[in-house]
Amino acid sequence: MIEQEENKQQKNDRIKSRLILNKPKNNEESINTSKENIKIECKDIDFHYGTNHALKNVNLQIMENRITALIGPSGCGKSTFIRTINRMYEHVVDTKIEGTIHLDKENVLAPDYDVTELRKKVGMVFQKPNPFPKSIYENVIYGPRKHGLKNKGQLDLIVERSLKKAALWDEVKDRLHTSALGLSGGQQQRLCIARCLAVDPEVLLMDEPTSALDPIATLKIEDLFQALREEYTIVIVTHSMQQAARISDNTAFFLNGEIIESGLTDDLFTKPKDSRTEDYITGRFS
Amino acid sequence: MNKKIKQKEFIIEKTLLLFAGITIITTIAIILTLFGESFLFFREIPIWDFLTGTTWAPTLKPRSFGVLPLLVGTLMVALFSSIISLPLGLGSAIYLSEYSNKKARKVIKPILELLAGIPSIVYGFFALTFITPIIKQILPQTEIFNVASASIAIGIMTLPMVASLCEDAMMAIPDSVRNGAYALGSTKMEVALKIILPSTATSIASAFVLAISRAIGETMIVAIAAGQSPMLNFNPLASIQTMTGFMVNLSLGDIQQGTIEYKTLFAVGAMLFMITLIMNLIAKGILHRNKVRY
Ligand SMILES: Nc1ncnc2c1ncn2[C@@H]1O[C@H](COP(=O)(O)OP(=O)(O)OP(=O)(O)O)[C@@H](O)[C@H]1O
Ligand SMILES: [Mg+2]
Repeated sequence: MIEQEENKQQKNDRIKSRLILNKPKNNEESINTSKENIKIECKDIDFHYGTNHALKNVNLQIMENRITALIGPSGCGKSTFIRTINRMYEHVVDTKIEGTIHLDKENVLAPDYDVTELRKKVGMVFQKPNPFPKSIYENVIYGPRKHGLKNKGQLDLIVERSLKKAALWDEVKDRLHTSALGLSGGQQQRLCIARCLAVDPEVLLMDEPTSALDPIATLKIEDLFQALREEYTIVIVTHSMQQAARISDNTAFFLNGEIIESGLTDDLFTKPKDSRTEDYITGRFS
Repeated sequence: MNKKIKQKEFIIEKTLLLFAGITIITTIAIILTLFGESFLFFREIPIWDFLTGTTWAPTLKPRSFGVLPLLVGTLMVALFSSIISLPLGLGSAIYLSEYSNKKARKVIKPILELLAGIPSIVYGFFALTFITPIIKQILPQTEIFNVASASIAIGIMTLPMVASLCEDAMMAIPDSVRNGAYALGSTKMEVALKIILPSTATSIASAFVLAISRAIGETMIVAIAAGQSPMLNFNPLASIQTMTGFMVNLSLGDIQQGTIEYKTLFAVGAMLFMITLIMNLIAKGILHRNKVRY
């Protein structure tokens, strides 16, 4: 009952936002007529780096085929949170996590959940472009090959498809076998996105993916997200209010390791419930 | 005021140039002596006989100047010491850069530095009095002086250099690259083998070449533990003589300037110089080719 209500409201907002922000959301109708699915459900997440309590009782639902933006001041735990979803925190010593994260009804934090499988389903793009010091082609096929694909024809196909999805194909198709380090920063970041897409993930985690890029490269990648959201569930950390407002469907506001407020982006930005959220989005935050 | 600073700068610059000049002049002087005396040597002994002869007896009559036994001895030492230093050095580097935590690094790094700082004469006696008896216990036919023992000691001695050169190259790869691979589901071993090793291959190769070239030039250990018998043989348990071993042996006795023995010393020295020079050039060449920059 409540959920239906929410859905209706959301639909209205969505239409409104399309008018206001002119978001290119193509087959929105087909998505919205179907019931909105929860892709990831985080419950009671507590996270410690040693004695530093970095996440405090965080609860968040991430919707399928939606872009969820995580905002908040520096050091509030956005990166820490996004890294819990693919268990990247395991590469940091002396960390502790409590709570559950269900991806399609399965708790990924359970010790017997296979990390390799998890990271195949949940891809990650980092703040700084981090291509491997290999050729463009090798970068893209790293994941598929790692997961056992050997057929050259298939690999070629994956390279082309992934680079096209990442809107990089036209720029690099004649130099696939040259070093990825020779690409510009924006191209490198799209290559990293292509590298992620090559293993056919369901979720994309992006930690400030455009913060190292110039405005034009940023716009290119933002456009890309709009196309990708039809196939993938995207979680993006951003410091730019404009970016969050432009591209995301839902937003969560973090402060000192807690989620202060989360919900539809348009609601959160136009009528925030918490005064701290309002302070932050209006830039009155100290 | 300005003039004074300029004068000062001028003096500093020229002084430093002089220092740099001294090393250049020394190098040139060494090369000139080496090749000058060698030239005199090859006026008496055809270079072809020198390079292809299989009997080395420069001080005994009938004299014979076939350098192959020395060359083979040297190459055997280089080969066997590499079997120790290259895989162990590379393995330690991978462990240090990819697996170890801070605590383990804190213990291992100083030990490696310590190994590198031990004088080679200590390694020589270590080979003779510790390694050789162990080998002898396992393989009783082993001679007192033998290639294997000296090679093991040289391998241990050059291991830290291989480890630290390789590790430097591996640590230069930013963690963000490793995280990218982990985020695609890679294990530590896959990151080490598929990302780190291929991207540092040139540095590793050049570290290897340098280690081999150090083994070729190593003198003390072979002089003490490998023996002084310039016989052409390929048995690692037997005594041999290396080029450096010969040189140190001969220069210990009193030899007269201008004699053939004296010139032989320089001919062998020049050959050694050429080999290590080529090895070092190869190492440099490898490094300069497609070096990855971040
Ligand atoms: N590897 C780490 N080891 C120890 N503490 C860490 C580590 N990474 C983050 N922290 C701490 O956890 C808290 C949250 O950091 P986090 O990186 O998640 O913040 P953030 O919201 O992503 O900040 P920013 O916007 O600056 O990226 C901070 O207090 C930070 O100091
Ligand atoms: Mg962050």
